[in-house]
Amino acid sequence: MSNPADQRPLPLKLLATTIVLLWLVIAAFPFLWTMWGSFKVEGDFFSRADWMNAITGPVTQRQYGGAFTLAGYDGAWVQQEFWRAVINTAIVTVCVVVISLTLGTLGGYALARSGFKYTFWLLMAALVFRAMPHVTLVSGYLLPFFQLNIWGYLPTTIIVLVAINQPFTLWMLHSFFLSIPKDLDEAAMVDGCTRFQAFRLAIIPVMWPGVVTTGLFSFLLAYNDFTVTSMLLSQENQTMIPKINAFLGSTQEEGKVMYAVAAVVSAILPLFVLILFFQRQIVSGLTAGAVKG
Amino acid sequence: MPHKTFLAFIWPSLLAMILFIALPIISVAYQSLYVEHEQILVVGESCGPFGCTQEVSVDAEAMSQLRADQPAGRFNGFGTYSNASHLATDEISEIFATSENFSEIRTRIMNLPFYKALAFTLAYTFVVTPLVIILGFIIAVVVNSVPSLLKGPVIFFSLIPMLVTPLVGSLVLFWMIDSRGIIGAGLQALFGDPTLSLKASPTLTWITLFVYGVWHSAPFAFVVFYAGLQTVPKDTMESAMVDGASRWERIRFVTIPYLMPLATFIALMQLMDNFRVFEPIIGFSAAASATSLSYLIYNDLRAAESPLFGSAAATSMLTILGVIILLLPVLRRNWREFNRKT
Repeated sequence: MSNPADQRPLPLKLLATTIVLLWLVIAAFPFLWTMWGSFKVEGDFFSRADWMNAITGPVTQRQYGGAFTLAGYDGAWVQQEFWRAVINTAIVTVCVVVISLTLGTLGGYALARSGFKYTFWLLMAALVFRAMPHVTLVSGYLLPFFQLNIWGYLPTTIIVLVAINQPFTLWMLHSFFLSIPKDLDEAAMVDGCTRFQAFRLAIIPVMWPGVVTTGLFSFLLAYNDFTVTSMLLSQENQTMIPKINAFLGSTQEEGKVMYAVAAVVSAILPLFVLILFFQRQIVSGLTAGAVKG
Repeated sequence: MPHKTFLAFIWPSLLAMILFIALPIISVAYQSLYVEHEQILVVGESCGPFGCTQEVSVDAEAMSQLRADQPAGRFNGFGTYSNASHLATDEISEIFATSENFSEIRTRIMNLPFYKALAFTLAYTFVVTPLVIILGFIIAVVVNSVPSLLKGPVIFFSLIPMLVTPLVGSLVLFWMIDSRGIIGAGLQALFGDPTLSLKASPTLTWITLFVYGVWHSAPFAFVVFYAGLQTVPKDTMESAMVDGASRWERIRFVTIPYLMPLATFIALMQLMDNFRVFEPIIGFSAAASATSLSYLIYNDLRAAESPLFGSAAATSMLTILGVIILLLPVLRRNWREFNRKT
């Protein structure tokens, strides 16, 4: 705090702290509130009488003898078989991340090392493809997929998600490979390696930071996708997000809405853990595109 | 790198993009020219104790045969584009011919589904994007000035609204603004109006969706600006201070110009993402008062008996056209830069 540029008068300091705290509440409070409320019954979480009920839970106490209940989770995970959706999500995300990183590193490396004009056009096409609303693509898939009889299966969805993910993966890995000095693989090729050997021996060992960051965003895309998974998967193959949407259709019955609340919290928790461990990589990934301009 | 090696590296990724992004766009263009088969009706007689009545019913067998023969439907040319649920050319000219003043024209056009969706999509895109940039900038400047002990947790919690799926995030807010939820009840108490409901009026629903959009995307702008603030050159800042610039003037004349390229980047990303707004409308069950282009497509594909492929495809083509118009300035800039380099 010796730098005079960092010194601030007290009112300004107070104002800054207030804004930060306010933002913290806006950003975090809805999630903490919903997590807390997911252990209550509907009468408490949506209380007509008093909003404090959602915190103390008098109705929950009356019904289950304690201020917390796992009824919502039991309903979602066991009765409505949310666990199936969780397993499907796990399969889809792991496959999407692995496949799109494999394709993306090869393609991104080629784009970063080739000096021809068509790399520019490929990157521009990728940019336009990235801007396509996913639902317009889905309306192109449905009819052919029905005809080919491949609609509703997990592998179809995985390949579609990989393809939708490619433009972004290519851009990100392309700019990452640009930051790895050309001399590295060229030296390997002078020593008698072919392109593939140079890639395998010289580039793969140093590419992991970029791959991890890109992988995080591939994971998020696959995990968070609603458009593709809700339209391309049959009922029994549904992943978490469309499953939650399906819960909403049946919320009229008493207690059902708490199933959806419990499922939503179950879907958020893995993201919490992810951010906790990979905060630095996520931030650097978000800014990677920006620094390049 | 020779062409052959380049191709050897890139073909899997290129194949995936051609098969699942380029071909679907062509498939959409093709489908948009077709429309569902007309129903084949058969007249049968059903006789009961009170005499015979003639009944008209759909010939299911012939229909499925026809669908198998021509899965895309029957050719309709550009008919789908100009019908009432898309560009509505006839309706528009009629509105202009029969309406007396501007506001009547506006209300009548806003009742056409395509224009209603287009209006919301554009409003969402051009309201949320600037607000996200401004709010993100304010948070970044403020967070940059608090003790570093706070910074880590602030970034952690800021990332959550952005990384959580729009559907889940909007559901979380939707339950809170319910008139029995904490925010809904709080607003009722604040305005002393026990019947106030954010879901009832179209205007309030629009505002709710805008607020959600800003909440969801502001962290992105914040993180990018915050990273940019770390690289503001110290020398420029100090010389500005030596020249007697006040705190506000330093932000206005040093920080903001320095961060301008980042703002362009955020605006580009936000325009692309906001233009396809769709999941919040489902999360907030807002389809009655706010629909977007993406939602129209989704709705057509979800139609009760059989998906309206032709209608969805026509809306998709119009949406793609919108995306290209939106991206034109960026593409032109990139093209000029590329030409300067070579």
